[in-house]
Amino acid sequence: MTEQSASLTLSACGLCRNFGTRAAVHEINLELKRGEVLGLLGPNGAGKTTLMRMLTGNLAPSAGSIEICGIDLLDKPREAKARIGYLPEIPPLYRELTVDEYLQFAAKLHRVNNEKIHFTVNKAVQRCGLNDTGKRLIGSLSKGYQQRAGIAQAIIHDPDIIILDEPTAGLDPNQMREIRTLIRELGTEHSVIFSTHILAEVESMCDRVQILCEGRTVFSDSVGGPKQNDLSLEEVFVRFTVDREDSESF
Amino acid sequence: MIFIIAQKELRVLFSSPLAWILLALVQLVLTWIFVAHLDTFLQIQPQLVKIVNPPGVTEAIIAPLFAMAAIVLLMATPLLTARLVAEERRNHTMTFLISAPISMTDIVLGKFLGLMIFFSAVIALVVALSISLLVGGTLDFGLLLSNVAGLFLISACFASLGLYISCLSAHPATAAAGTLGALLVFWVIDIAAGDDKGSITRNFSLFKHYENFNLGVIDTFDLTYFSLFVLVFLVLSVRRLDGERLRG
Repeated sequence: MTEQSASLTLSACGLCRNFGTRAAVHEINLELKRGEVLGLLGPNGAGKTTLMRMLTGNLAPSAGSIEICGIDLLDKPREAKARIGYLPEIPPLYRELTVDEYLQFAAKLHRVNNEKIHFTVNKAVQRCGLNDTGKRLIGSLSKGYQQRAGIAQAIIHDPDIIILDEPTAGLDPNQMREIRTLIRELGTEHSVIFSTHILAEVESMCDRVQILCEGRTVFSDSVGGPKQNDLSLEEVFVRFTVDREDSESF
Repeated sequence: MIFIIAQKELRVLFSSPLAWILLALVQLVLTWIFVAHLDTFLQIQPQLVKIVNPPGVTEAIIAPLFAMAAIVLLMATPLLTARLVAEERRNHTMTFLISAPISMTDIVLGKFLGLMIFFSAVIALVVALSISLLVGGTLDFGLLLSNVAGLFLISACFASLGLYISCLSAHPATAAAGTLGALLVFWVIDIAAGDDKGSITRNFSLFKHYENFNLGVIDTFDLTYFSLFVLVFLVLSVRRLDGERLRG
């Protein structure tokens, strides 16, 4: 039991979140092991972003508990947040700062040792392919490079869990491939959760997939699971999301 | 953590022309006033000599200069405070701060401190202007110090009020308008209060409390008023940001 819980980096139990009377997220359970990549799928408005905001401490859940490496996020937010790296849907960038300044600020905010800051910034810059942009203002970078700066910010403090909200949205095919390679690389050492609308991305990168619809988990299995039953992920997605919407509209 | 946020605030502030333009304009206006007062003082100096116990340069030039500086800072504050939180929201960078392992109190205090360091620079320039009078005479340093303390405290009040209003809005322009309005109310209270020592409105006027510092009187009532004012709005800001996390 202890061995099992030791390898769990994230466990969320019975998460609910209501906005007024509308339940954006309802009774979601989530578990993540070290070195596992979890893909979150779901139609727009399924509650993916709300779920991620709760997991990163940006939004308080209406009910349920979140444990990050055994630390309760709600009781000890500071310790728990130090182990999470988060890239929101829109990368949180200061356009007036240079890439180096921004990453240094991110490292300091995450309490990276002063002597190590130079090293960690360099490491993040290299991993994200930002090598020649260090002195440039973030505002002048292209969308792809801004996205990379956003990812660099999320991995700078070497977190146990990396949460990425649609990291490949709005990128060109080459940039998408690069970001995917990066995520796969990150997935070997860290636990990664990312949301996307591209099913092929999930099939190629994830160990596990969880499909949300209307705030509930409608499907959760390893990526290989559907294939054993001769189903493609797309068929599974359609079956669990479209049918559900149809059945409720009748 | 507070210092790291303050440092970032200053870096962002000084990377935009806004900070430099404000510093230059404030200095221009204050120098103009300073020179005008100096001119008047030199004209009436021969008559002043005839009075027993005449007002010195510090009373005749520096005190009115600091009184004016407070009003100039009142006008400049909304431009500086509006962006503090509202702009972070607009640029979606608030998430970045909240996701970091720091508390809301750190964020609010860091932003407040950053702004106070900027105001200290403005005040330092006013002091430099005053000290230039040493070329032609002596200064009452006690009075100068009490003026500096007063200006620092009243600007802290402006900053905390502006910070709170910035927490309330998602658009910097709204925050700026709101802050200017709120600060003007405090100015109007001052005019409405008049000279009646007993009136309640007088006790709520920022400028009436500042006036004492201007005259060289450091009263614990004024100190308490300013400290409470700052404290109340900082606490409200923290609560507001925390509430947002709860309500969404």
